[in-house]
Amino acid sequence: MSFPWAEQYTPKNPVMVWIDEKLPLPRLAYNAVGAGYPVPRNLNYFWNFGVLAGLALMIQIVTGVIMAMHYGANDLVAFSTVEQTMRDVNAGWLMRYAHANGASFFFIVVYLHIFRGLYFGSYKAPREMVWLLGLVIFLLMMATAFMGYVLPWGQMSYWGAKVITGLFGAIPVVGEPIQTWLLGGFAPGNASLNRFFSLHFLLPFVIAGVIILHIWALHIPGSSNPTGVEVKGPQDTVPFHPYYTAKDGFGAGVFLIAFCALLFFAPNFLGHPDNYIEANPLSTPAHIVPEWYFWPFYAILRAFTVDFFFVPAKLLGVLAMFASILLLFFLPWLDTSPVRSGKYRPTFNKFFWILVIDVLILGWLGGAPAEEPFVMMSQVAAAYYFAHFLIILPLISRFEKPLPLPGSITEAVLAKYGKTDGATVAVPAE
Amino acid sequence: MAIVEHTDSTALSGDDGVRRRDFINIAAVSFAGVGAVAVVLPLIDQMNPSADVLALASTEVDLSAIQPGQAIKTTFRSQPLFVRQLTEKEIAEADKVDASTLRDPQTLEERTVDGKKQWLVTMGVCTHLGCVPLGAGEGENKGEYGGYFCPCHGSSYDTAARIRKGPAPKNLEVPKFSFTSDTAILVG
Repeated sequence: MSFPWAEQYTPKNPVMVWIDEKLPLPRLAYNAVGAGYPVPRNLNYFWNFGVLAGLALMIQIVTGVIMAMHYGANDLVAFSTVEQTMRDVNAGWLMRYAHANGASFFFIVVYLHIFRGLYFGSYKAPREMVWLLGLVIFLLMMATAFMGYVLPWGQMSYWGAKVITGLFGAIPVVGEPIQTWLLGGFAPGNASLNRFFSLHFLLPFVIAGVIILHIWALHIPGSSNPTGVEVKGPQDTVPFHPYYTAKDGFGAGVFLIAFCALLFFAPNFLGHPDNYIEANPLSTPAHIVPEWYFWPFYAILRAFTVDFFFVPAKLLGVLAMFASILLLFFLPWLDTSPVRSGKYRPTFNKFFWILVIDVLILGWLGGAPAEEPFVMMSQVAAAYYFAHFLIILPLISRFEKPLPLPGSITEAVLAKYGKTDGATVAVPAE
Repeated sequence: MAIVEHTDSTALSGDDGVRRRDFINIAAVSFAGVGAVAVVLPLIDQMNPSADVLALASTEVDLSAIQPGQAIKTTFRSQPLFVRQLTEKEIAEADKVDASTLRDPQTLEERTVDGKKQWLVTMGVCTHLGCVPLGAGEGENKGEYGGYFCPCHGSSYDTAARIRKGPAPKNLEVPKFSFTSDTAILVG
C-alpha cells in the first residue's frame, strides 16, 4: 500500500520494462525503500536506527558466514579453531572482532530503536503489528546472540550455556527433561555445541524474514513521525529516496565510524577475559555474567531471592525475566492514551526518562556481583520496571492532560522554523 | 471440486444431515494428522541425549585415598561429582540441625548409606543455576556453614550439602550410588 500521491515506478530502459513485466522485483524495491514510499517530512535522527539495525544484521551475516568457513563445531576443536581464525587465517582477526563487536552494535541500535518506539508511541494503533513483529525479532536476536556466544567454547560460553539452559530446569516437573533435551546431554557438550551452531546459522535468516514482515506491516499505515500526528496530505511527506536514503546514509557513516573505533582500538572492551580460557566443566569462573546486552534481564532474574508461598525463588526469577519481555507484547493495550508522541505528553515524558534510567541501573546491576547492596537495588529497580508498564502507564493514560497537538505535520514543521505560510496549510488527503 | 460442492447434498446425506463425504474428510485429515505426529516425534527426539552420551551414565570411584575432612572432585555424566569423607565434627554439626527447619528438609542419614554416614556423595552442581560450588578443593571457601559455597549467586551449603542460605532451592543432589567394596562406590 502507499499514499495515493506516491510516485509511480515507470521504467524507461527496455530491459527494466521487460523485467517489470516478468518479475516486478525492482518495482517492489522502488515502492518499499525508493521514491515510491512517501515518508513524513519531519523524521529526526532517531528514525535512523531501523536502517542501522538492518545494516548491523548484514554485517553479522557476512562476517558470520565467513567465520563458519573456519570454524569446527566440535567440543574438541571449537576453541582452537576460533583461536586459529584469530591468529592464522588471513584477516581472520578482523572477521571475528567484527562479528563479536557487531553483535554489540546490533543490540545498541536495536535498543535505541525500541526506546524511540517507546517515546514516540510508535507501538500504538494502527502500528501494533509493527511493534509485535519487532519484539519477535528482538527475541530471535537474543536467542541467536546467546547461542553464538557459546560457539567459541570458552569458560563464559560453557557456563553461560549451563546457566541459561538451567533456567528451563526451573520449570516444575518437565523442567529437567526439557533442559536435557535442549542440551542433548546432562551438561553442555558436543551435542549442545553442534545444535547451537546449526541454529545460530539458521536464525539470522529467520530474523531477515521477520524483518520483511516488520517492514511490510509498517508500510500499510506508513511510518510514524515525531509529532505522532498522522499524515494528512502530500505536503506532509517526502519520497523515501533521495531524502531518507541520504539521511540514513549519513547515519550509517556515523555508525560505522563508532563501530570501527571500537573494532580497531578496543576490540575486547565488551568481552570477558574468561572466555579466552577453554571450557572446563569442573571449574566455574568466579563471576559468571552474560554479555552486556542481557544485563537488565539478568538483574531481574537474580532479584528474586526468597520463595513466595509454594513457588521457589528460582522459578520466580525465571518467570519475571521472561515476563519482563513478554510484557512488552501487551504495551499497545496498556497505554491507552490517544496521543502518540511523548513530546505532547508532559507526565508520560517524565516517567519515560525515569524508565530509561531504571533500565540503565538494571543493566549496571546485572553486571555487578550477586551481593548486597546490588541484590536489594535489583529488587527495587525490577519492581519499578514492572510498575511502570502495569500501573504507571495505564494511570497516566487515564489522567494526563496532553499538550495541544499541531494540526498537521506541515504545521508543526513550519511553526518550528517560525513560518506560517498560508499557501501550505494542510490539505486533507484524497 | 466445484462439481462436488454443487452436488445436492441431500442426495448424499442420511436422515441426520451428515454426508458420506464428511466421513471421508474427517478420516483423511485424521490420518494426515497421525502421520504428521509420527514424523514430528523423531524430529524432536533426535535432540535427546544420544546412546554414546547415555553410555557414560555410570562411574566408579575409589575412596581409599580420601582422608576424613578431604573431598575429591570427579565427573559423573560429564558433570562434577563431589565425594567427601566427613569428620566426626562435621557429622555432629549436620546432625545438630533440626531438619524440619530447613528449606529442603533432609537428615544426613537420608543423604548417605546406612552405616557409612561419613561418605557424602553429591553432585557438584548448584541447584540454583548449575555452577560448581567451591569447598571440595583444598583451601577453597566452604561458606559460612562449612560445606560448599557457590560463587555465582552466593548459595551456602552445610556439611551435609544441604542448602542453608542463598537462592538455590534444593540440597545438592545425591545421585544413586552403592558400595561395591569398603573403599569403592559405583555411581549411577
